[in-house]
Amino acid sequence: MFKQACWDEPVILSLGRKGRRGCILPSVKEETRRRVGDVLATVPSKLRRKGLPGLPELSEVEVARHFTRLSQMNYGVDLGFYPLGSCTMKYNPKINELLASGLAEVHPYQDENTVQGILEILYALSRLLAEITGTHEVSLQPAAGAQGELLGALIMRACHKLNGDIKKRTELIVPDSAHGTNPASGTMAGFKIVVVPSDQNGCVDLKALKAAVSERTAGLMLTNPNTLGIFESDIGEIAETVHEAGGLLYYDGANLNAILGKVRPGDMGFDIVHINIHKTFGTPHGGGGPGAGPIGVCKELAKFLPVPCVNYDTKRRRYFLDYDRPESIGKVRGFYGNVAVLVRAYTYILSLGVEGLEEAAETSVLNANYLVKKLSQIRGFELPYDKRRPRKHECVFSVKTLYKETGVRALDVAKRILDYGMHSPTTYFPLIVDEALMIEPTESVEKEELDRFVEVVKKISDEAYSNPELVKKAPQNVAVTRLDEVKASHPKTMALSWRMHQKRNVIKAAVP
Amino acid sequence: MPPSQTHPYIPNAVSETKQEMMREIGIRNIEELYADVPQKFRLKRRLNLPNKPKPEHEIRRQVEVLLSKNRTCLDMPAFLGAGCWPHYVPAVVDAIVQRTEFLTSYTPYQPEVSQGMLQAMFEYQSMICEITAMDVANSSLYDWASGVGEAVRMAVRLKNRNEILVPKIIHPERLATLQTYVEPLGLRIRPIGYDQRTGLLSLNALRHGCSDMTAAVYVENPSYLGFIETQVEEIAETAHRKGALFIVGVDPTSLGVLKPPGEYGADIVVGEGQPLGSHMNYGGPLLGVFACRGEIELIRQMPGRIIGMTTTLDGSKTGFCMALQTREQHIRRERATSNICTNEALCALASATYLALLGPEGLRELGETVMVKARYAMQLLSEIRGVKAPVFESPHFKEFTVNFDKVGRTVRSVHQTLLKHHGVHGGKDISHEFPELGKTALYCVTEVHSEEEIERLAQALKLVLREGRG
Repeated sequence: MFKQACWDEPVILSLGRKGRRGCILPSVKEETRRRVGDVLATVPSKLRRKGLPGLPELSEVEVARHFTRLSQMNYGVDLGFYPLGSCTMKYNPKINELLASGLAEVHPYQDENTVQGILEILYALSRLLAEITGTHEVSLQPAAGAQGELLGALIMRACHKLNGDIKKRTELIVPDSAHGTNPASGTMAGFKIVVVPSDQNGCVDLKALKAAVSERTAGLMLTNPNTLGIFESDIGEIAETVHEAGGLLYYDGANLNAILGKVRPGDMGFDIVHINIHKTFGTPHGGGGPGAGPIGVCKELAKFLPVPCVNYDTKRRRYFLDYDRPESIGKVRGFYGNVAVLVRAYTYILSLGVEGLEEAAETSVLNANYLVKKLSQIRGFELPYDKRRPRKHECVFSVKTLYKETGVRALDVAKRILDYGMHSPTTYFPLIVDEALMIEPTESVEKEELDRFVEVVKKISDEAYSNPELVKKAPQNVAVTRLDEVKASHPKTMALSWRMHQKRNVIKAAVP
Repeated sequence: MPPSQTHPYIPNAVSETKQEMMREIGIRNIEELYADVPQKFRLKRRLNLPNKPKPEHEIRRQVEVLLSKNRTCLDMPAFLGAGCWPHYVPAVVDAIVQRTEFLTSYTPYQPEVSQGMLQAMFEYQSMICEITAMDVANSSLYDWASGVGEAVRMAVRLKNRNEILVPKIIHPERLATLQTYVEPLGLRIRPIGYDQRTGLLSLNALRHGCSDMTAAVYVENPSYLGFIETQVEEIAETAHRKGALFIVGVDPTSLGVLKPPGEYGADIVVGEGQPLGSHMNYGGPLLGVFACRGEIELIRQMPGRIIGMTTTLDGSKTGFCMALQTREQHIRRERATSNICTNEALCALASATYLALLGPEGLRELGETVMVKARYAMQLLSEIRGVKAPVFESPHFKEFTVNFDKVGRTVRSVHQTLLKHHGVHGGKDISHEFPELGKTALYCVTEVHSEEEIERLAQALKLVLREGRG
């Protein structure tokens, strides 16, 4: 039986003992000290720190143990199945980690002659991504998918501004099944969000879209395949509708994995495309980040990309950072992007080649449809929308029948899955499906593990019908049982830092 | 792939497995799963990139050959900083961030199975609060530059005013990023000038510029050009008198010796966390530090993920989970405080590990060490005829300006000779960023620079300048 480690590991700020140190810094010669004198005295007394910061005093041993213990209370892809929908939790190859570490001590402002290697990698990667997405030019700058979205929306803005109708084009259309980042990014870029409903097939309702577009339309943000894992077959007409209204089409690349080498966003009519490097190209998510969110754009929009772009000077036969882009929207972050992540993606693409990328896409889709078939047979689990239509890389099930018949909700099912040593699917998303479980197996899973997952879900369904309390009390086999999330967010009880906790002392438990 | 082949990353690529699964689904060909993709959009050719999968051995060779074309700061003494700094990263930090339980996990949406990362993020937030003397920190933004953008947007939401004051001496990339982040708001960014002798913010200009239209006053301490802004209390007072917020950008390695912003009136603190345990990596990933005061009005407007301490529902145990998620995009959508989702959690983990290793004395010692070494470098460089270091008469932290006006050569030319003939990489040429400062570069010295390297720099510069225009 699965049991996650459960260390009663105190908060690190409460550990340690006076005088301990985990790190000895490089020394300064006495002679140097004498020569420069008391440096702190050069700082006016009112600007000097009085007293030391409240950090713990620990030896290296204690620090290593503390964080290693914490790591044992954390579930990652290397431990097992992680079918978190929309997150593409595929395997993160170890060779990529090893190679990326070769970049550790390279400074972003080094003379270009000393960084030709990394510039070559970045240039090559940007060309590979342009080919994969069917776009003209790619910027590697955005730190994450959401920042790519913001950048894309700002490029829409810049384009309409140049055409003199930004005052008029104030609306950005997103489907009701879109990721939350889409409307949030659109708003940050100054647009009013117009939501279009999905039709009975779970796809963009063309009629509603046609009614929604107007001379106020700046663009449409779309994921294809969409968040139900269904391919928007009307994409041709969708693109035409938006373009005819003078809007631009934005591709949310979260689901790109399904279509690698099969169909390219640029060929479907998308003008701006972001890529979630940490999803599609196998770089680790790191417990929340860093990722990378490059964007590719069509030829007409390339001039708006942020500076610098990595370019190749054919005459001088060298790579360089190109700042000479007068129409550029500027910068969305410091330097050039999450370079160490991008190097991993480059290595990943080389490891797979076209054949491997196609295989990844096909197998991710095969795995998802295999689960569709198997899970559809489980009591209380239903596949909403067209059942005959193949899903792509992910599928969304509804357990509303299970809920109605047993009182067990999607949340409970998700928690119970943890008890069986697997990560749960994404829950309650997309918002258009009641009691949703969004399942993305990726290509990084063997058939036996898929079968085990099906077995686990079947068992949970049985438990729900025979002993629902068991499911509602889950999880029991992981580090902690269900947490009080309301307490964590309530103004009266919130403890968002150690000092806030000490000041208020409201979080009390039998085991501190 | 050809049916005989498989790939190490794709277990089900084996032909028999696929056949078996296809039979189960009731299809004969994978293509049937793509039948709903309109033919006219299908790619009718193969992607134009390397076709075959490559063995790991070949990949390793190929990428290592490319990477070996770089020179790193370990190959040559380099005196570059300006927002990404060379500091020593203890081996244990790298070992912790490479623990695959952390490395290969996603955002902790299922807290019960993600307590490790959640607790580590809570500890990171807590230690950021300790060193900045603020009440609340989020679990990271992308970097300092975008952090300034988010902080200013937060100030605008809170104050509903449309102007922001920034120092004229600011990192141009941070200013450019800020401009991008606020452009859609139609916000006015007003630069405030500086005292020519000290570099410090002109308080007169500030008092003149700060009005009831001002949402926030932003300063950086230490400043972009390395000097310490000593008038922060006066600046805070001026901002607050007009009802504006005071936003401070910091290099956190200074906070063992410099007064923390929370003790001089900062409402929001942003900064770059990279020097706390992350490698430079050619400028990314970085780590956006973001902290603010504990008033609920402020907390509710914070961008990014925040981890809170709580208990299990049965009250038997403490634990950690994401707090105040109703601010975030996955719940609040177009009304979210920010669109950020993926952040820099792993870099925050590195920082938590780093700060725990250093402890209070270590952080103080780090600050003092870089000040001693930077000052040593300034002294040696000042002894070279025609060189002025620093330009401003103010205390400096780890960076300082070096002016070459009197040597009759551009910074670029001096630096190229320095690199080519002496194998030393100079600082960042800022002659075009601040033309009024003349032929000037920004140098950085930290604890990783030995006295010998600093002396080598001074020696080499002396030789380069003696060689004259040649």
